[in-house]
Amino acid sequence: MSNTVEQFFDEMQAKVGDVRSIYKAYQSWLKNVPTQQLVAKRAEAELLFRRVGITFNVYGEADGAERLIPFDVIPRLISAKEWTHLSAGVVQRVRALNMFLHDIYHQQEIIQAGIVPYTILSNPQYRPEMFGVDVPNQIYAHIAGVDLVRTSESQFYVLEDNLRTPSGVSYMLENRKMMMRLFPDLFRQYSVAPVEHYPHVLLNNLRSVAQSGVQDPTIVLLSPGAYNSAYFEHAFLAQQMGIELVEGQDLFVRNNAVYMRTTQGPRRVDVIYRRIDDDFLDPLVFKPDSMLGVPGLLSVYRNGGVTLANAVGTGAADDKATYIYVPEMIKFYLNEEPILQNVPTYELSKEDDLAYVLDHLDELVVKEVQGSGGYGMLVGPAATKQELAEFKLRILSKPSSYIAQPTLALSTCPTLVEKGIAPRHVDLRPFVLSGKTVSVVPGGLCRVALKEGSLVVNSSQGGGTKDTWVLERDDTQPEKLTQTSKQIQKEEVAC
Amino acid sequence: MLSRTADHLYWMARYIERAENAARVLDVTYNMSLVPTATGNDADLWQAAVEITGNIEAFERDYGTANAKNVIQYLTMDSNNSSSIYSALRSARENARAVRVTMTTETWENINALWLEFDQFLRKDLTAEGLSEFCDWVKSRSHLFRGVCFGTMLRDEAFSFVRLGTFIERADNTARLLNIKYDFLMPVQYQMGGAVDYYEWSAVLRSVSAFQAYQKIYSDAIDPVRVSELLVLRHDMPRSLHACYDEIMPIIEQVAANRQSETKRLAGELHAKLHYGKMQDIFQHGLHEFLESFIHSNHVLGEEIQRSFLSATV
Repeated sequence: MSNTVEQFFDEMQAKVGDVRSIYKAYQSWLKNVPTQQLVAKRAEAELLFRRVGITFNVYGEADGAERLIPFDVIPRLISAKEWTHLSAGVVQRVRALNMFLHDIYHQQEIIQAGIVPYTILSNPQYRPEMFGVDVPNQIYAHIAGVDLVRTSESQFYVLEDNLRTPSGVSYMLENRKMMMRLFPDLFRQYSVAPVEHYPHVLLNNLRSVAQSGVQDPTIVLLSPGAYNSAYFEHAFLAQQMGIELVEGQDLFVRNNAVYMRTTQGPRRVDVIYRRIDDDFLDPLVFKPDSMLGVPGLLSVYRNGGVTLANAVGTGAADDKATYIYVPEMIKFYLNEEPILQNVPTYELSKEDDLAYVLDHLDELVVKEVQGSGGYGMLVGPAATKQELAEFKLRILSKPSSYIAQPTLALSTCPTLVEKGIAPRHVDLRPFVLSGKTVSVVPGGLCRVALKEGSLVVNSSQGGGTKDTWVLERDDTQPEKLTQTSKQIQKEEVAC
Repeated sequence: MLSRTADHLYWMARYIERAENAARVLDVTYNMSLVPTATGNDADLWQAAVEITGNIEAFERDYGTANAKNVIQYLTMDSNNSSSIYSALRSARENARAVRVTMTTETWENINALWLEFDQFLRKDLTAEGLSEFCDWVKSRSHLFRGVCFGTMLRDEAFSFVRLGTFIERADNTARLLNIKYDFLMPVQYQMGGAVDYYEWSAVLRSVSAFQAYQKIYSDAIDPVRVSELLVLRHDMPRSLHACYDEIMPIIEQVAANRQSETKRLAGELHAKLHYGKMQDIFQHGLHEFLESFIHSNHVLGEEIQRSFLSATV
């Protein structure tokens, strides 16, 4: 197994023994730190995370089953140069996607131009209720989480654009706080770009998209409640932004406005940062049995009485079938060349693609168009013969529900595992915020597949997280850090 | 603040107080059952404990006779009894959990620890010597809860609703206790200063931590009228009805602020009765009638609080 890992691009050592320049200082520090010290730091982190309650609920487990997402103490480093490239790429992408969303709910020029097929309109995530509705600043995806993977020194790919209710940003913020607490020395040596201002940027953006004329908008975060798996994040962000954390039952609709029930009577709500899927938002329009939403919300929204972030219907743009067209969108709307590339994708609704995929199933990753969270996907090279045969039948029963991509050689990053430090596959989700401007906080959620050889990084599938250090300068001198490690050695001798 | 948040905080406090009161009544009943008495028999004694804290019809349906074993089970661990200590503490913890981010960390950790500690009593035989230890534990946990709220919470609306829950519940419990015990212990043709059972009346006082206070204030034989005065009209006796309304009144004034609210009127009316009332007058019209009316009005105020602030129906 270890042989297979060595074929992959490693973030620290591009080739064995060849440490990448940004990692030189860190690597010379790391090799002088005994593993048990890192294990102790990790235990300290877990204790702190548990005390603060940074846990996620596991569906279907008994009351009180709150788990930690495993946290790895070895950071992923991104050079200033790399970040300039990546951030420009994701911002470009989100700008195009917002224009695409506005377009498909208005003139549909991209369809008329023959660039995106009209079948996009029959996608279940396309919400006809949104047709002709104007949203403030024409922003649909106020918060986007763009999943990036790397396969070589220069090659990054966009794996998917999460435009509905992307989660994970609380881990970006809490992991950083933890790393600064555990390894303050490293932060003194490396100039790591800060991420702590994320809630501030988000709040400003949310304020900027209130209906026009509202001076001091009331903003709330709408959560499905304490039993949702991401409840910690909802509570965390509400607290950080100083806004109310509400549930559907706290809101009601009257006279074309949304109000929340407070001890001082009804209070008008202007912007709802909602962490509930479209389907559950309004039982009068979507799922009639939803207890999570607010009856009548959509009607107020369509009339401009309240702003939802993200907008209703963004799912039509982050679908795996739409994904294929994003590079074309960038050219069409922005007249620019895409900075970041898509993973080559086969559409199984096309006969040629289907034939090829069925022939090469054991080399490919097949995903459900609607799927998320790593469920309902096939990783060809890791599947048994029986699994391949079963999946083939599933594909044939409805080819248009699937897409396929080559198995990417995801880069690895040194990670603290059972037997010491070993390379594990990683991805990166930067969070792109759109308000008056489009911006991205330098960093993101770095997910790591803790199982040896595994390429699935989702937390629901046993993935962990790392802090991501975007460097402000790429010239950190290893000498400085070597001094520290010498100091550590001296201290140890002194002990 | 959000009505739902206030609702959870208010009920969290009510349930903690309810558990404490159940523990007090149980503890005293148990101790009384160990002393041979002139009035009534054992069954009456245990039945009174159910009447104060629970639902007598439901008890008779599920258990039949009132004896030590049945009543202890019903009031401590019975999950079908929503007023049992088990149910009350579980509800308190669930309410706390729903709003844990709006509480101070210490308050949440305190309630969570309480619930984790409760486990140790599940396997114990509470009908034997375990009961006193259990009741002491519930009482001290309740003291700790109020202490941590008082010592760590910002004096905002959240704090107001926690306190409101505590005192509405406490007023109800003290009134019920006195009402039941008075009926139960009073000789039919009682004259002021007449002989009553010292042990039983001192037990009533002890159940609301008022025995020492009584001695200190009156330093005289225990007299039912004075006991009543202490538990109804004395403002300096922390579990008296008057003391509860001294707490409730300013909280209602504050949370209702400038709004027209029936809660202000109701609370004010009750407070005035306790503040300006005379024991003699109360006895003239009958203490029993007074207490029944108080329990009813206190309940109506609770409903009004629910309607105006916590459910915020429009």
